[in-house]
Amino acid sequence: MLLLEAEKFMKVIAELRNVSRTYQMGGIAVHALDGISVPFGAEEYWAIMGASGSGKSTLLNILGCIDRPTGGSYFVDGCDTNDLDDDDLSRLRGASIGFIFQSFNLIPQLNLLENIMVPLFYQDGSTSDGAARAENLAERVGLADRLSHRPSELSGGQQQRVAIARALINDPKIILADEATGNLDSQTASEILDIFSELHSEGKTILLVTHEEKISHQAQRVLRLRDGKVDLIK
Amino acid sequence: MFHSSFTRSIRLGINSLLLHKLRSLLTTLGVLFGVSSVIAMLAIGEGASEEAQEQIRQLGSQNVILRSIKPLEDKVSSSSYGVNAYGLTWHDFERASETFPWVENSIPVKNIVQEVRFEDKVINPRILATTWEYQNVTGRIVHRGRFISQADDDLVSNVCVIGYEVSRLLFPGLESIGQKIKIGPEYFKVVGVILPRVPLSDDMPKVNTSVTSEILIPLTTGRRWFGDMTVKIRSGSREMEQVELNEIVLAVRSPEQVPYTASASREMLARHHQQKDYEVVVPLELLARAEETKRIFNIVLGCIASISLLVGGIGIMNVMLATVTERTREIGIRRALGARRHHIMLQFLVETVVLSVGGGVLGIALGVFVPVLVEYYADMRTIVTLSAPLLAFGISVSIGLVFGLYPAWQAANLNPVDALRHG
Repeated sequence: MLLLEAEKFMKVIAELRNVSRTYQMGGIAVHALDGISVPFGAEEYWAIMGASGSGKSTLLNILGCIDRPTGGSYFVDGCDTNDLDDDDLSRLRGASIGFIFQSFNLIPQLNLLENIMVPLFYQDGSTSDGAARAENLAERVGLADRLSHRPSELSGGQQQRVAIARALINDPKIILADEATGNLDSQTASEILDIFSELHSEGKTILLVTHEEKISHQAQRVLRLRDGKVDLIK
Repeated sequence: MFHSSFTRSIRLGINSLLLHKLRSLLTTLGVLFGVSSVIAMLAIGEGASEEAQEQIRQLGSQNVILRSIKPLEDKVSSSSYGVNAYGLTWHDFERASETFPWVENSIPVKNIVQEVRFEDKVINPRILATTWEYQNVTGRIVHRGRFISQADDDLVSNVCVIGYEVSRLLFPGLESIGQKIKIGPEYFKVVGVILPRVPLSDDMPKVNTSVTSEILIPLTTGRRWFGDMTVKIRSGSREMEQVELNEIVLAVRSPEQVPYTASASREMLARHHQQKDYEVVVPLELLARAEETKRIFNIVLGCIASISLLVGGIGIMNVMLATVTERTREIGIRRALGARRHHIMLQFLVETVVLSVGGGVLGIALGVFVPVLVEYYADMRTIVTLSAPLLAFGISVSIGLVFGLYPAWQAANLNPVDALRHG
């Protein structure tokens, strides 16, 4: 009861209001998301669960502002994304959202440091201290001695650490992780999850998409989808 | 800020291209050869035109040259004793000198057909009998010694001025001034060497003439020893030709006087000659014609170059389209990390421009080098003007921009979600 009271006063950083996403496939409308409403509070750690085909990926795309809902509204920091054009959405992604992917998605021809710095280049304003920040982040994820290595010279766990550093370079409020540990062995995976916990404790909002129950226990809150609808919010 | 992001884009582009060195090199070949051929051909064309213009200038842009030509065979008036008489006459010369008061100088020239011997060497050069003024109106350069003087003409001296080629052939390694050469049956003392006159394209030496240069003797001497009669022995029959004067050079004071001098000469000659046994050569007209030829050459060159550059540009575009497909995922990642459409557009556009400019710079290097080879091996004059490499550079930048636009646009308009899922 006390928890619910607290929730009411907690600031909402991202909110889905009756969001739908419909694809046209060969003339047939597929409802990947069907009227979803979820408020994501600031500094919360969410696990987004669901079987494959439940709409997790679609939801993640919308949360990450790389896709738009076909119905309803998605608010980030109180701003309706329906009112933003493509450039504004890109700016929002760069400034407020840090992506972490299952397959790391580093850029192969760039070295570690350059990879961490990529989001900086797309931000307006000065980036003069960018290299120093990137080095700090590399140090934080334990890769300070490999700055000039290419992604192909790093292990999976190391690559994911680079991706985390990259997601943090613009100091975003929201970290979006899509099966971030899916390609890693359990030892490395738990190290990565430790980093997420740490980030959460530092005040980041973490939205972690996973299908593993065990991982979801780490999270404070759970959103479970089924057939494009909210199955459970905990 | 803009500056740093721009240089970063260029560096990034170069890095991506260096990732596939062979592919990048092959892609630039089209532009490379296009650009180098533009520069090389411009240099060769410029050189050839310069050479032609100089030849014409040697004839003198303020001259009108009346010249005897052999009329068509069936029109030859078969005069007595089987002698073919045609061409300009002394009457023509006098008429020209008297009726055109604005003509500063009129100089008669006779061609002498004789063998020239020195010791055991025999050559058949072009021999011209003319006056001392010939040098002034044609701008011959005296290399050593002196030209024919008025005194030579007055005294009917047996002296001659020889071309540089003649001197080289007859007196290799010897001082030619003061030597005596035999022209026909007569001995002539060499008093001067002039630099070779380059023949006009329509004034090529006869096939049996082994030397392209000439020997000049005083007009009076020429008339005295050799007369007006030329005997040609051809396939068993002998043919006699009588030509009083082979050339009359009319020099006027300014180029504006050239056109009406030319037309007046044509009119005058037409009135006194029954047959077309003369021609009027106007170097100024030839100069204009040479300019026209050069213009046409430039148009043809421009077309060829545009085609090869177009092909090169299409090659680059093709590779860039493939690159966009290949790097779709990278585009998706960059978009997810905040890249706006114009960032992606700029990235690929810069990459294409780097590619085409790289080809352009290599092409310029090759294009500057080829004329050097041509000059060395083909003995042709070439001129690389500064504007050619600059033009080529500009062209390669615009090729990159034009042919990079579509692939870059395509990259920029990829849907981030699909792009991320790609590959």
